[in-house]
Amino acid sequence: MDARITLRVDGRDRSLTVDTRTTLLDALRDHLSVTSPKKGCDHGQCGACTVLLDGRRVVSCLTFAVAHDGADVTTAEGLAEGGEPHPVQRAFLEQDGFQCGFCTPGQICSAVGMLEEVKAGHPSHVTDDLTGPVTLDDEEIRERLSGNLCRCGAYVNIVAALREEADS
Amino acid sequence: MTVQDRVVGTPSPRVDGRAKVTGIAAYAYDRPVDDPVYAHPLQATIARGRVAAIDDVAAAGVKGVLAVVTHRDAARLADTEDAELSVLQSDEVAFRGQFIGVVLAETPEIARHAAGLVRVEYDEEPHDTELRADRTDLYAPEQVNGGFATDTDEGDVDAAMAAAAVTVDEIYTTPMEHNNPMEPHSTVAIWNPGGGFPEAPRLTLFDSTQSVHSVRSTLARVFGLRPEQVRVVSPYVGGGFGSKGMAHAHNVLAVLAARAVAGRPVKLALTRHQMFSLAGHRTPTIQRVRLGADEAGRMTAVAHEAVEHTSKIKEFAEQTAVGTRMMYAAPNRRTSHRVAALDVPVPSWMRAPGEAPGFFGLEVAMDELAAACGLDPIELRARNDPRSDPESGRPWSGRHLVRCLREGAARFGWEDRPVVPGTRRRGRELVGMGVASSTYPYYRFPGSRAVVAYGGRGRYTVRIGAADIGTGAWTVLTQIAADALGCPLGAVSVEIGDSGLPSATVAGGSSGTTSWGSTIVAACRSFRRVYGDDPPPGAEAGDDMPENPDAERYSMHSFGAQFAEVRVDADTGEIRVPRMLGVFSVGRVINPRTARSQFIGGMTMGLSMALLERSVLDHRTGHVINHDFAEYLIATNADVMDVDAVWLDEEDVHAGPLGARGIGEIGIVGAAAAIANAVHNATGIRVRDLPITPDLLLR
Repeated sequence: MDARITLRVDGRDRSLTVDTRTTLLDALRDHLSVTSPKKGCDHGQCGACTVLLDGRRVVSCLTFAVAHDGADVTTAEGLAEGGEPHPVQRAFLEQDGFQCGFCTPGQICSAVGMLEEVKAGHPSHVTDDLTGPVTLDDEEIRERLSGNLCRCGAYVNIVAALREEADS
Repeated sequence: MTVQDRVVGTPSPRVDGRAKVTGIAAYAYDRPVDDPVYAHPLQATIARGRVAAIDDVAAAGVKGVLAVVTHRDAARLADTEDAELSVLQSDEVAFRGQFIGVVLAETPEIARHAAGLVRVEYDEEPHDTELRADRTDLYAPEQVNGGFATDTDEGDVDAAMAAAAVTVDEIYTTPMEHNNPMEPHSTVAIWNPGGGFPEAPRLTLFDSTQSVHSVRSTLARVFGLRPEQVRVVSPYVGGGFGSKGMAHAHNVLAVLAARAVAGRPVKLALTRHQMFSLAGHRTPTIQRVRLGADEAGRMTAVAHEAVEHTSKIKEFAEQTAVGTRMMYAAPNRRTSHRVAALDVPVPSWMRAPGEAPGFFGLEVAMDELAAACGLDPIELRARNDPRSDPESGRPWSGRHLVRCLREGAARFGWEDRPVVPGTRRRGRELVGMGVASSTYPYYRFPGSRAVVAYGGRGRYTVRIGAADIGTGAWTVLTQIAADALGCPLGAVSVEIGDSGLPSATVAGGSSGTTSWGSTIVAACRSFRRVYGDDPPPGAEAGDDMPENPDAERYSMHSFGAQFAEVRVDADTGEIRVPRMLGVFSVGRVINPRTARSQFIGGMTMGLSMALLERSVLDHRTGHVINHDFAEYLIATNADVMDVDAVWLDEEDVHAGPLGARGIGEIGIVGAAAAIANAVHNATGIRVRDLPITPDLLLR
């Protein structure tokens, strides 16, 4: 069964017809040629497909496109407005927070979403005080980004990049 | 003569960095193509036997299905000698998960759905997937991976062990492991029936590979084409760690599919599940290590005997014990490899094949010997540091293991290590430190060529079909070319990842920088020799990788020292690794930024190997049951705390014009042993089987 939907992707309205079985990830990649979200597992276990869906980070392989008619999707490509890297992207470049680059767009979307969650006071598994503002220390960064796997082992540099962001 | 440094040795940012952080870097499957066909493979659900019947009527009847290709109708291959690549050529099933067909459809959803409708009947035969050291069918392969001798035997190990004042004789095991690069193995294949010329190749592949030229030559052979009729393009590779070092069955399947829908591009990406049976793995190993020493800790005997598996259809014998041959001085030395050929998927390269599992056994045994001798583990290694290569007798081009150990000890605060294991407690946690040695050989593979072209206005292009799988090769090669040409970094563009470029060897064996880099230096020098410093636009010159006569005269290896601190929860057995430090001696470091990433990346994979990774083969079904990231655990961000690497400031004057020995693999070697040794220091419990899980520490 097909459905006609509209998605706002990286600031552009895109209309498309999708099979109702099409995931948001496949809609972006196969239908719209937006390939910065990557398919690492298709099971929501690796985070490579992370995008910001209406401002919140989601693994786009675990949600159907048809369920998001009218939604706003931001990918790592869209975070670079006018081609200028987002501050988080600049921090990844400075700290060499990646190697092969495949998990990187997902890491970056996840990090941007995570920083907003911290700003909004969302606690994590390692937050001691569930009521007060969150201090984004290394343990918090690691915990909050542990849904994004990196097989090259760039975690230490990713944390350094986010620490730079948290301090600024 | 070495190259004059100007940008070599500086931490240049990655030339591909911006494309990667913004996500516009196009990996194989991302390549835009017109009118694609989507492939979904069919896999055997038995481990051994024959396909008796395939009912694809329902699948073929689904709207949007273009073809169901099986052994009954797949094109015949020109060369089936390599059984791993002999895809859909018969009804035989040699391991569970083997390709038995592929469904081609207009959309991925249709292809996947239809694949689920295909009914297969089998004539099942008994299978055997269980590696045990007491198997009666273990055999000695002709040689082991890398072309090394299967066995070595010098002196009399048994007599030396019997006479030794102190001995260690233990069994160490490492499990089956999977490379699991984040990017699944992906191929877009286009078969052009009218093509056949370099301008319009018969076969074009957008592939994810560590070697475009080896995929090209392999597929040309398998499909009976000339290499010029095949083009393989792979500019960005989402990790490989050896699993993309050569063509695998999915490449052949994609081309068979492309032939079935000639003219249309076929897109095939293995699922994470499929990667566990089709993209190589590291064999499990059972290692008996015997060490003998006198009262002062001077070793008299070292023996390392490895038992491992391979697949029945293709032999891959990992060189697990080879590193032990050159590591420590002892007059009596023996190594051996015995292999069981089982009904398992084909094993292959995984980061530091040989050294990674082998140095778990050897370096934990060294820790045990140190304890038995009452010596500090660093002192034991220093006392047994050989002046020349004990196997070949050759002088070292530079063996600075002891410097690495001493420097690491000072930086890590080794003097704080509890002398008596299991005695330091902080709250609920037991705390300890461990050390292990690392090494990796200097490999340099012949067969690369580079071409330098001048485009005018001060701009040079350097072409070589190399691969950057995350190593930083793209950046490092640009630095090398800029210095060799004597021009600014920004004046050089390096083109890689296309078999249309001059031939390059595989991104493997930590050989890329030395092999391709020295080739680029030679090409740049040839260019300057012909055209001088003021070339005309359009000027072009190339050269092949130069010989390195020193490679025959010296024993050339990199070395390192791995330090780990662990905290073990005394009540739950949970293991945390708050600190790891590696100190490496690798010759010259071309780019400290990308080099550090390689080292800490290898160490992080070593941490993962130490505590998490294990592929569980269900011997009743021959199936790797934990075939996804929910159950095959790799280190996450939350598992990794402080991992750092430093290196000696040096240059190996025998390692060619760059003075560099290669860095991609040494970071994983010894890392798991350092953690195991730290766990022993913390808890007093000696774990000899990986991974080290909490249950092993609850006694």
